[in-house]
Amino acid sequence: MSLNKFFKHEGPWSDANDPLMCTDTGDWRTKRPVVDKDLCIFCGFCAIYCPIQVMEMVENSYFTPDLNFCKGCGICAKECPKDAISMMPEGDFKK
Amino acid sequence: MNTKRKSQIQVITGNAAAAIGAKLVRPDVVAAYPITPQTEIIEQISKFHANGEMDCELITVEGENSAMNAVMAASLAGGRVFTATSSWGLVFMYDAVLATAGARAPVVMVNVNRETPGIIAVSSGQQDMISTRDAGWIFLIAEDCQEVIDLVIQAYRLAEDYDIQVPVMVHYDGFYLSYLSEGVDVPFQEDVDKFLSVLKEQPERVKLTPGGKLGCGSHGILDGYLELRYKHVCAMERSKEKFEQIDGEFQEIFGRSYGGQIEEYRMDDADVVLVGSGSMCGTIKTVIDEKREAGIKVGLLKIRMYRPFPSEVMVKALKGKKAIGVVDRSLNFGFKGGPIYTELKAFETQLDGARLVSFIDGIANTDITTANVAQMIDTTCDLAAGKSVREVTWVSYPEAQKANDSKNGGL
Repeated sequence: MSLNKFFKHEGPWSDANDPLMCTDTGDWRTKRPVVDKDLCIFCGFCAIYCPIQVMEMVENSYFTPDLNFCKGCGICAKECPKDAISMMPEGDFKK
Repeated sequence: MNTKRKSQIQVITGNAAAAIGAKLVRPDVVAAYPITPQTEIIEQISKFHANGEMDCELITVEGENSAMNAVMAASLAGGRVFTATSSWGLVFMYDAVLATAGARAPVVMVNVNRETPGIIAVSSGQQDMISTRDAGWIFLIAEDCQEVIDLVIQAYRLAEDYDIQVPVMVHYDGFYLSYLSEGVDVPFQEDVDKFLSVLKEQPERVKLTPGGKLGCGSHGILDGYLELRYKHVCAMERSKEKFEQIDGEFQEIFGRSYGGQIEEYRMDDADVVLVGSGSMCGTIKTVIDEKREAGIKVGLLKIRMYRPFPSEVMVKALKGKKAIGVVDRSLNFGFKGGPIYTELKAFETQLDGARLVSFIDGIANTDITTANVAQMIDTTCDLAAGKSVREVTWVSYPEAQKANDSKNGGL
């Protein structure tokens, strides 16, 4: 029986689209960025400063983080010129 | 004169032998940084490269860490690579040495054994090898200059074999073999090409390609880490058998065989055995011949493959002997005996009552003389005769044996 489970080869070779290359960093988060879409002016600073590039555009009007990968560093909240992003403790959310 | 070519003997140093070996395997990339006692290898390769005798990319890096990273990357891109280092250089590239093994990049490196940092010693000793033994590389040890060139060539068959894909380090004693000139039968290029052509018939290794999506060394998280480590351990085990096979095929082409993982010298009817590795084995063989003339049945087991540890063949060869003296040219901090002694001790129960004793000698260029070897054989014979002997003897440091045991930790 083949020993291959995650890897198709002897060495740690993986495709850029494989889950192994995309570590789910979202579960490291203790605080979550919550965007007030009424305050957001769609300037894109949060997306530019985000170190892992998880800010996604929604309906060409505001940004929201991809929570599967957002580590909760808070840089977006710090850089937002309109203070539209607040960091909320994860424990306050059910999901 | 016979039209069939037989050999081309050259009088060369161990370092020159390693450099010519590297030339004969036609590497794509060589990256190395000079360090005593390995420098001559890089000088020679630079000369070959400058003269157009070597068609490779020669990267004159700024340090050993870059050397290993460069050859690892070139290897992952599908190239055949060579590098060489020693002691401090090996330590300076240690993180990349580990990463190369983890990436299963079939790098071949020559390490010219020298004492490691700690106490500044520009002198021979296998401590650098011992300090790197858990890196996941295959370790081969040469006894003389001929074996250096032969092992460098064989190392590529082992490292690049599709079923193995583990980096190989070829070790030989610095200052002794590195600068010792001996007659070496230098293999012909056509023969080396033929010997290595087997690799071309195998499936192609995965490699990095420009614009490709494949990466190597990505997160081996959780089960992924377990899978990679388990595969690595299995490959190490497979390499034992493979090395025996390669030794056989080498003999067919070049007419020289060394016995694979270990070499046995006058072992058949021996009651007492010394276990050694590297250049000391030449001296041990000489003393064994003398002792045999005096009627003492003594033999030598030379370790050629140190990682993976050749436990099966060693147990087979040592089973039923009366006493075994293990000669270590390095220390195993935290254990009283030397590293090879300690490892062999794990198999003591399978040796049918053979008893083990440890000798530490040859550290920092203290010569393992014929007198020292004779002393080791005599002590091992005493053990075989049922006499009480010290578990560990520092042969060139008699003060250790005279000191008060209770005060020096009972060694």
